[in-house]
Amino acid sequence: MFFLAENYRHPAFREGVRDFSGLALGIAAWGLMTGVTMMKSGMSLTESVLMGVLVFAGSSQLAAIPLLVADAPMWIVLATGFCVNLRFVVFSAHLRPYMMPWPRWKRLVLGYMTADLSYVQFVKRFPHPASDPAEQQYQLAYLAGNTGLNWLSWTTAGLIGIGLAQVIPTEWGLGFAGILALVGLSCSLASSKLRVVAGTVAGAAGVAAVALPLKLNILVAIAVAVTLCMVLEKLPRATTEPPRE
Amino acid sequence: MSETEKLFTIVALAGITVLTRCFFFLSDRPWHLPRWAQRGLQYAPIAALTSVVLPEIVVTQGHLITTWQDARLCAALVGAAYFLTHRHHRQAVLGTMVVGMTVYLPLHVGLGW
Repeated sequence: MFFLAENYRHPAFREGVRDFSGLALGIAAWGLMTGVTMMKSGMSLTESVLMGVLVFAGSSQLAAIPLLVADAPMWIVLATGFCVNLRFVVFSAHLRPYMMPWPRWKRLVLGYMTADLSYVQFVKRFPHPASDPAEQQYQLAYLAGNTGLNWLSWTTAGLIGIGLAQVIPTEWGLGFAGILALVGLSCSLASSKLRVVAGTVAGAAGVAAVALPLKLNILVAIAVAVTLCMVLEKLPRATTEPPRE
Repeated sequence: MSETEKLFTIVALAGITVLTRCFFFLSDRPWHLPRWAQRGLQYAPIAALTSVVLPEIVVTQGHLITTWQDARLCAALVGAAYFLTHRHHRQAVLGTMVVGMTVYLPLHVGLGW
């Protein structure tokens, strides 16, 4: 949505860009290594560029690469991509009240652009959906700026990775920069006791269920943490604090 | 698969990105999420992040690491400590990454941890 004047001329656009700027380098490092991986796995240049520019979902790309290279049937590749992306379905339920004021084509473009980190920063910045048109435009412009920088850093770095695949060493583990950016972002979200509980429980569950295929450990971990925190919220206040938002 | 089919599959995979990210706002039909679900979803962002991150730090080839001599673990701990002591800086997240990588690269590339 960064291409609409009503968004990029809005002051909130810059705010969204600024919030994402701390993550852009981490995302770029991860995008770079995804580009390198595509080429080194044996995908053709056309396939790699098309995937790097269009798919815009790192984990589903990484899951699809070996399947494409191994000539798996199309439905297997797509079903795998769908399962690996299931956490986005959960996020879309959360984003629905923010999105519904907009016509469908805007929702589709915005939704496509909103990867994990933009979702996290957006609902952190705006705990509640807007109630009037001016505020709605504000939120839209913020999300457009935030997702625009995410897309730009991911895609540019991916293309560089594709171009320089033969000279960038994979054994250095540069992609870990992306994980470190997520470490910082997780810490910044731990703003209440229950959120700390949610983060800790989900992390432990993610590790405990790591053997599950298709990254389903992430979905299980979200379900466990959210359920547990909702139960804890209901307990008497002596043991928990009231929800802040 | 032929090259054309592979390219089509990749385009369809982008379609999967759209489908999953827009799943609950594809339709125009009015419909409201129950209050309890809305409340619960405020815990989804942090849960999603830590469930992605922690396995990337403490799991190697499907098993929990049993040593502290792991570049990822050391870098993440130092990075988190940096964040917690600099949380009011505007670019604390960027700092976490830079400090973490400064720990990670020498340990990983230099010592092979």
